[in-house]
Amino acid sequence: MYEVRFHGRGGQGAVTAASMLAAALLEEGKYAVSIPSFGFERRGAPVVSFMRCSDREIRQLTNIYTPDCLICVDPTLAKSVDIFSGLKPGGTLVQATHKPLAEVVLSDAVGVVGLCDAIGIALEVFKRPITNTLMLGAFARTTGIVSLDALKRSLEDSDFRDAGLAQNLVALERGYNETTVHTIERRVAA
Amino acid sequence: MTTATVETPNQTKPAKQKVILCEGNEAAALGVALARPDMVAVYPITPQSSLVEHVAKLIADGRMDADIVDAEGEHSVLSVLQGAALAGARTYTATCGPGLAFMFEPYFRTSGMRLPIVMSIVTRDGITPQSVWGGHQDAMTVREVGWVQVYCETVQEVLDTTIMAFKIAEHHDVMLPVNVCLDGNYLSYGTSRVELPDQAEVDAFMGVKDVNWHVALDPLRPMAVDPLTGGSGGKGPSTFVRYRKGQCRGMQNSLRVIEEVHEEWAQRFGRRFAPLVEEYRLDGADYAIMTLGSMTGAAKDAIDEAREAGKRVGLIKIKTFSPFPVEALLKAMNKIQALGVVDRSVGFRWNCGPMYQEMMGALYRLGRHVPSMSFIGGLAGADITVGHFHRVIEATEKLVTNPAPAEPVWLNERD
Repeated sequence: MYEVRFHGRGGQGAVTAASMLAAALLEEGKYAVSIPSFGFERRGAPVVSFMRCSDREIRQLTNIYTPDCLICVDPTLAKSVDIFSGLKPGGTLVQATHKPLAEVVLSDAVGVVGLCDAIGIALEVFKRPITNTLMLGAFARTTGIVSLDALKRSLEDSDFRDAGLAQNLVALERGYNETTVHTIERRVAA
Repeated sequence: MTTATVETPNQTKPAKQKVILCEGNEAAALGVALARPDMVAVYPITPQSSLVEHVAKLIADGRMDADIVDAEGEHSVLSVLQGAALAGARTYTATCGPGLAFMFEPYFRTSGMRLPIVMSIVTRDGITPQSVWGGHQDAMTVREVGWVQVYCETVQEVLDTTIMAFKIAEHHDVMLPVNVCLDGNYLSYGTSRVELPDQAEVDAFMGVKDVNWHVALDPLRPMAVDPLTGGSGGKGPSTFVRYRKGQCRGMQNSLRVIEEVHEEWAQRFGRRFAPLVEEYRLDGADYAIMTLGSMTGAAKDAIDEAREAGKRVGLIKIKTFSPFPVEALLKAMNKIQALGVVDRSVGFRWNCGPMYQEMMGALYRLGRHVPSMSFIGGLAGADITVGHFHRVIEATEKLVTNPAPAEPVWLNERD
């Protein structure tokens, strides 16, 4: 079982991203489940969504408390929300940011970091700061849990059409290509 | 939505079924479309809204051939469907929470008129305190109104049960409305992999449509429908009793029909769901926990872990809640010595969960004392996790030797 928690703000597509990732994993023959957090959906408010995948049928339909990976599609969220809550030791953070690693907020549990200037790229591609498909590309690059091809097919089968689909395919590809992956070396506690 | 094609294993007929990823609300809408209703009436309400939006889209896209009425409120929704059902139409709607409350007057009338309307309840907790999230309080509040009520565990079960519900409702020995209950939030918005049955196979399963046989708004066959009965004189009392006994007989008949329809579904589509009561790892169990709806998946994971740790625990899940499947439950209860019942709603009169209250009635019929206790969790969208179920298992285990607590355990009290 591999568990991902998405953090974003209402309107950035974190809920849709969880569902698209599940669809891509399904394409690859995995079992996958996604569940949105349940709030009043307001643009700008912090939102969370969850995605589980496994080689076996997934029975528990619950939120995720100890994720293997965090995907944070908003660069400012880590200041207002404890996005690291419950992250497994050595876990992965895929973060939208234009900052270098040294300036990114981390927790002790983080072992791998994928960084992508998703807002900057989104403003070029969409003229709007919508980062979800970009960050799926960044996730694929950082973890290798899902292939870029499966994500593309998942987008092509989704409700995206015409220009919107073309833009999102570009965003996905650029997210994949323009992500830097870092391994955090930690000294083992004496 | 993404698609792939697989061979479904272990089925008598090899039929290719499309695999898709969708949320429970979309699965319900796809099930409705496959069952080919003639008339749908809707009014949106959270967390049901995306279900009726999917239905409306299927109709707008020409993938579903039904008339749709976007009524001004839930009272009108069900009233519209009553007219359509009386004219012989296959009919469908969905609602929840305050919408169900607003629908109550025609809701009561529907079972009395023996109209086989299918309605999803995308379950939502009761207000107030104000909330818009899942819980079984709405469906539990109307459990005594003569509708058949079944609860789904997975998105796949939502899709399959929605189709089966029409066949159960319209069976001549039943002729009652059916609620397919799916948990608001966790099932309504949770997406997962489902196999989509082939339309021709579903058509063959449903058979020839035969809704318009017992009453009919038909100019060529004029008849009075639902005339005034009852009172204390003439044929009033005996007529009224005959109607009510007929309703009760229909409810009891539905237990058999639900089993038959599930068996036929398993034969045709290769997916077998426990129709009334599921026994999970009860063999070799000293005690059991009882669940309803989408919480069951996490409960089964907890049972597997507890078994691994040497605990002699099993699980009983109720699918058909109304009518209450007493015989099937007694068969399961005969295997165990103690029971912990987890409800996702509150029984205000007995200070316990409603399912627990129903179980106390069933346990009396068992003829021996089974220590039991009530757990209440998952109210208003709260989560019931594997961890919560480990607490349920531990507390239930103690019942084998210790006295049962009089108060319910509120699982999310310290979350």
